[in-house]
Amino acid sequence: MKVTILDYGAGNIQSVQFALARLGVSAILSSDKEEILTADKIIFPGVGHASEAMKQLNATALSDLIPNLKQDVLGICLGMQLLCTSTGEGETEGLDVFDVDVKRFSNAVKVPHMGWNRIEDLKSDLFKGLNSNPYMYSVHSYYAPIVSQTIASSNYEFPFSAALQHKNFYGVQFHPEKSSSDGAQILTNFLNL
Amino acid sequence: MLTKRIIPCLDIKNGRTVKGVNFLNLRDAGDPVELAKKYAKKGADELVFLDISATLESRTTTHDMVREVARQIDIPFTVGGGVRSIEDAAKLLKSGADKVAVNSSAIKRPELIKELSQAYGNQCIVVAIDAKKIDDKWIVHFAGGTIPTHLDLFEWAKKVEALGAGEILFTSMNHDGVKTGFATNALKKLSSVVNIPIIASGGAGHIQHFVDVFEHDAADAALAASVFHFGEISIVDLKKELKQHNISIRL
Repeated sequence: MKVTILDYGAGNIQSVQFALARLGVSAILSSDKEEILTADKIIFPGVGHASEAMKQLNATALSDLIPNLKQDVLGICLGMQLLCTSTGEGETEGLDVFDVDVKRFSNAVKVPHMGWNRIEDLKSDLFKGLNSNPYMYSVHSYYAPIVSQTIASSNYEFPFSAALQHKNFYGVQFHPEKSSSDGAQILTNFLNL
Repeated sequence: MLTKRIIPCLDIKNGRTVKGVNFLNLRDAGDPVELAKKYAKKGADELVFLDISATLESRTTTHDMVREVARQIDIPFTVGGGVRSIEDAAKLLKSGADKVAVNSSAIKRPELIKELSQAYGNQCIVVAIDAKKIDDKWIVHFAGGTIPTHLDLFEWAKKVEALGAGEILFTSMNHDGVKTGFATNALKKLSSVVNIPIIASGGAGHIQHFVDVFEHDAADAALAASVFHFGEISIVDLKKELKQHNISIRL
């Protein structure tokens, strides 16, 4: 199986590659169109600032390529948020795969939402084999509200989307690559979809 | 519900884990990668590595270690020590660190915090603050706690938050290594003056100290070194006890 991790200059993407290596999968880091189009599975990671990341995606023309991908795509953290319609972080237009606008948590809670929290209402094969409500590691200041495409929720200030799905596109707000054995199970499930 | 985090801290010198008392008298505490692996397995929520190496050569050893930790460990970790520029941070993040911690360099040049958070997002910028209570005032120190500043802990904390820090790691120098409990009152005040997560550090000696700091909601995470390295507290027992006190914890 060929797995390509989108490399567009954003943050710590090596963690995802290492996590896949622990599962015995050697993934490629690339922004090359051919490497992306010939992949069986694509991972769209991201940490950092949304508007900066979007600039990079536009500069590399990945912004046109990504929404038209036919393979299974997994957006992680900022990767998931960039697949949404828009994000309040830097008033950034997203790739509009998920029909939801990303917003910032209010100051009624500490921001960023940082640490281990349960994911609930699991509605996808992505979560096969997990105990109900496993803990996942998250770190983010912005969130996607609950919508019809929500396939898992989490609670901080209020319930929000911990995961989204639309057709072949999956997005998780948490970091499966940093979420111990339960996170590894989610990556395995994604590869087995 | 978001859980409280338990964070073993590994001080790294020349590629080995060391631990001192009140920042002095270093003892060897083992291979950092093996220790990190053990902690992740036992349920540590996160790890912090502080590089206290003095030479450039031993810092390179640290980068190799960071890469090995990232390769083998499936929980998040922070690396601090000697981060003076975007380039220093970039190297650590590229090696696989999830967050970088800055301390002295941010005191010397606070703009660094802004530069780092703009480049990588505030979620991966931890500002470590060492402070000592002198005549009822918490005075920030730097250079491994050896040099006092004129900065007040709470004012400095507010400033680093405004500059883009995503988290504060506060070490009470009065409490560090003496195992009489965390600086709960100062932590409580710190938690009330900023709206970013606070890691309590310095003073852990018994399980009850962790219960105290969390029951007072004085911190979002608690960090300790020697009690974990030398087997005085097991992470599993600690987490079970916290759960019994109805503290939200990942078990």
